[in-house]
Amino acid sequence: MPLLDVSHLRIEFPTRRGLLTAVDDVSFSIDEGEVLGVVGESGAGKSLTGMSIIGLLEPPGRIAGGEIRFEGRRIDNLPYEELRRIRGKQIGAIFQDPLTSLNPLYSIGEQLIETIQTHTDLSAAAARKRAIEMLGEVGIPSPQSRIDNYPHQFSGGMRQRVVIALALCVNPRLVIADEPTTALDVSIQAQIIALLKRLCRDHGTAVMLVTHDMGVIAETADRVAVMYAGRVAEIGPVRDVIKAPKHPYTVGLMASIPTLTHDVERLAQIEGSMPRLNAIPPGCAFNPRCPHAFDRCRVERPDLMATGGASVASCWLYDRQPASAEAP
Amino acid sequence: MLAFVIRRFIQAVVVVLVVAFLSFLLFNFVGDPVNNMVGQDASIADREEMREALGLNDPLIVRFAHYVLNAVQGDFGMSLRLQRRVGTLIVERMPATLELVAASAVLALTIGIGLGVFTGIKRSHWLSRVILTVSLIGVSLPTFVIGICLIYVFSVLLGWLPSFGRGETVNIGGWSTGFLTASGWQAIIMPAITLSLFQMTLILRLVRTEMLEVMRTDFIKFARARGLSNRAINFGHALRNTLVPVITIAGLNIGSLIAFSIITETVFQWPGMGFLFIQAVQFADIPVMAAYLSLVAVVFVTINMIVDLAYYAIDPRLRATVGRGR
Amino acid sequence: MAASGSDPGDGGAPVTAGRPGRLARVFGSDLFYSFRRSPLVVIAALITVTYFLGAGLAQWVAPHDPFNPATLNLMDAFTPPAWTAEGQATFALGTDDQGRDLLSAIMYGTRISLVVGFAAILFAVVLGVGLGVIAGYVGGFFETMVMRAADVQLTIPGILVALMVNGAARAALPSYAVDDLAIYVLIFAIGISDWPQFARVTRSATMVEKNREYVAAAQVIGVHPMVIMFRHVLPNVMGPVLVLATIGLALAIIAEATLSFLGVGVPPTTPSLGTLIRVGNDFLFSGEWWITLFPALALVLLVLSVNLLGDWLRDALNPKLR
Repeated sequence: MPLLDVSHLRIEFPTRRGLLTAVDDVSFSIDEGEVLGVVGESGAGKSLTGMSIIGLLEPPGRIAGGEIRFEGRRIDNLPYEELRRIRGKQIGAIFQDPLTSLNPLYSIGEQLIETIQTHTDLSAAAARKRAIEMLGEVGIPSPQSRIDNYPHQFSGGMRQRVVIALALCVNPRLVIADEPTTALDVSIQAQIIALLKRLCRDHGTAVMLVTHDMGVIAETADRVAVMYAGRVAEIGPVRDVIKAPKHPYTVGLMASIPTLTHDVERLAQIEGSMPRLNAIPPGCAFNPRCPHAFDRCRVERPDLMATGGASVASCWLYDRQPASAEAP
Repeated sequence: MLAFVIRRFIQAVVVVLVVAFLSFLLFNFVGDPVNNMVGQDASIADREEMREALGLNDPLIVRFAHYVLNAVQGDFGMSLRLQRRVGTLIVERMPATLELVAASAVLALTIGIGLGVFTGIKRSHWLSRVILTVSLIGVSLPTFVIGICLIYVFSVLLGWLPSFGRGETVNIGGWSTGFLTASGWQAIIMPAITLSLFQMTLILRLVRTEMLEVMRTDFIKFARARGLSNRAINFGHALRNTLVPVITIAGLNIGSLIAFSIITETVFQWPGMGFLFIQAVQFADIPVMAAYLSLVAVVFVTINMIVDLAYYAIDPRLRATVGRGR
Repeated sequence: MAASGSDPGDGGAPVTAGRPGRLARVFGSDLFYSFRRSPLVVIAALITVTYFLGAGLAQWVAPHDPFNPATLNLMDAFTPPAWTAEGQATFALGTDDQGRDLLSAIMYGTRISLVVGFAAILFAVVLGVGLGVIAGYVGGFFETMVMRAADVQLTIPGILVALMVNGAARAALPSYAVDDLAIYVLIFAIGISDWPQFARVTRSATMVEKNREYVAAAQVIGVHPMVIMFRHVLPNVMGPVLVLATIGLALAIIAEATLSFLGVGVPPTTPSLGTLIRVGNDFLFSGEWWITLFPALALVLLVLSVNLLGDWLRDALNPKLR
């Protein structure tokens, strides 16, 4: 049984101008200890998916359909208090900007100890010990003295380490990392990603790593889900998706990443841009930009289907049904 | 840290001097300064003496220096209207104003912050909506209208509370207080409510806005993601962060109370400095006006400095970055 | 409506041949939408308009002329409102101690209140925005001085500044001129008390705009700095100014009423709402409550409506709340 199972999730935003569907029939699962990368452009719906799992979807957005199961139990329809008990203890989260994630008026020790004491029965002294341990694990030097420092006294990379400590201090089973390195210097990004990877592997924590940076995914993830316009375009093991992408969007993505192995005249680009949520074309959302699109693509929306490799993709190119003629 | 305090102090002194200069101009060039010093009933000989003493032919800067020196010693001239020393008048009236301001401040802060927090946390509660609507009306009610209404209901119609004066006061070492007598308390209720209402609504709306802002921040989101209880989030994290800017406002609030006390004192004929000032304006009593101006400047500048220092003590970010200036 | 190529489309709106007309754009705009959605704001707007009309057309609309001694009859004095036992239909809200019709007095009084309020805020805006734009654009010593002055003045509550300036000006004028010039003194005093916030807001906005490319482009072409400042930068900074001005208008009206009530504002010969309240206050204890109550109600209603409009405007123009 997978640790996390998202099936047919739909997230809607009622606006003045009508109902916007930001996440439309998204399904995936994460096993224990696995790292699933969720990659896509800004606005593809990756963050919203993550937030809905941990129950922090901001109104007026709401889950309009589908199920989210954690360890077999449905969690998307739980009352607030029950969900709160799962948050932090079972499912943790890390956000993009470490500066704004920490309360500037409290020392990091106070914030750590508070979290630890909320979810365990440890005494204040024991909690403090655990907090210092945690800081050491994430690589903060001389944790016993720095534990009483305030967030503004740390550099960006250090702050994100503190954030990671806060998220992992009570050993959740799953962590949702929403663009954890985007706000950091490039030189620090690698360190933080390595740290996250190591810690999660040591504690057996599963990770849903949301990012738009393919390089990070390649380094860290076991499997990757590619999202486009609120839908999943392709899911599969990282190596397969990167080396042998099946969905034309993924193909385009991989082709546009500059490589060190040979020179190119121009960076490859996918024509056009991702449609806005209120202007998604019928059929396959990618069809206006797809070099292989045919009639069926403009009419029927494809579900995730087998592609002959280890990944699945939502693309009619892989439909073996004889009923759909005209496959190129 | 010390550098910061010294810098602020120097700024404060500069401001006070500027205002004192304006005050000096008022005193010496509007109306007759000799009158201002000795009063209209003084004899010719006294006037001549005063002209000499005032050194009306001295350069401006010397006259200004004299003015400041006199002021520091408490000599602000003579009230044209009452023929008494201005300094004495002000000292007599101060306790009345200060007690009124204190009572109003307590009311405005406790109720304002309390209700502000409530409406910030329970946004959609029906009581919140009621409070907000009432507060909107509160902001639109001029202070004197509130006073008149209260007088009409509680003095004219019901006869429960006095409509003017302080009631009986007790003199403790030169300070006449109204807090020790029943009639003193009865007399201060309506003026205090009147004076505090405007500030109360302002504080309420400010605290609410701040609270709402804070609730939308990332660190609150992260706190929720860590599974912290609502109580910890609302009162531990959100409230602390909300109160930091509220401190500034609370400080300025005292200043506002002093300003609006002029109106309240007039409506209730409360014998404080504000009432004295209004009578001075009606009568064109320059010395009193000039003195009030200087005094008010000192008070406000002091309040601002205290607020700055308090801010400093509360927000750890400022302690580290003081060198960069604010 | 299929999106083709790289055109992301526009919210599902039907594709029309040309741009929608101006009127359609006004009525279809976000601002108007939020206006329509809030019945309270619409009512507030209606009330404000009624006040304006009543005040502006007072000469033709008011049932009586309260300031013409020839039409006054002392026998009419102290008539209670029309719906009470001793009331008369012709004096809808009763009369005062001189036999003046209260409704008419209120209409004329509103006119003065509105004139002073508007003029004062206009003065504050012109002074504050002017100084702010120049300070932001030119910088240097001028900017420092202006901002310092603004900061210092902001530490003192506006009403106090208005009171002091008013008091000093009245004292400086010869006593026979005080009453005649009272209105101008009031406008000046209230306006002076309010300029700092406009200056500050405008200066920051100007500093932001100054670094934009269109300003650099204009400078390169050789457009005179004054023209750049006022024709190009100014329109971009008017948003927050508008919101402040609406709030400021309500406060200016209250300020004038307060000063008049305290006896240092508009004299009773051409009373504003504040003066009417002051005059009526003397009769509160002897039972003629209407002489002060109705002007007070009129004042509160006016300020409330202006405040509601200002609140709505602020929320509607605030990009963060969308």
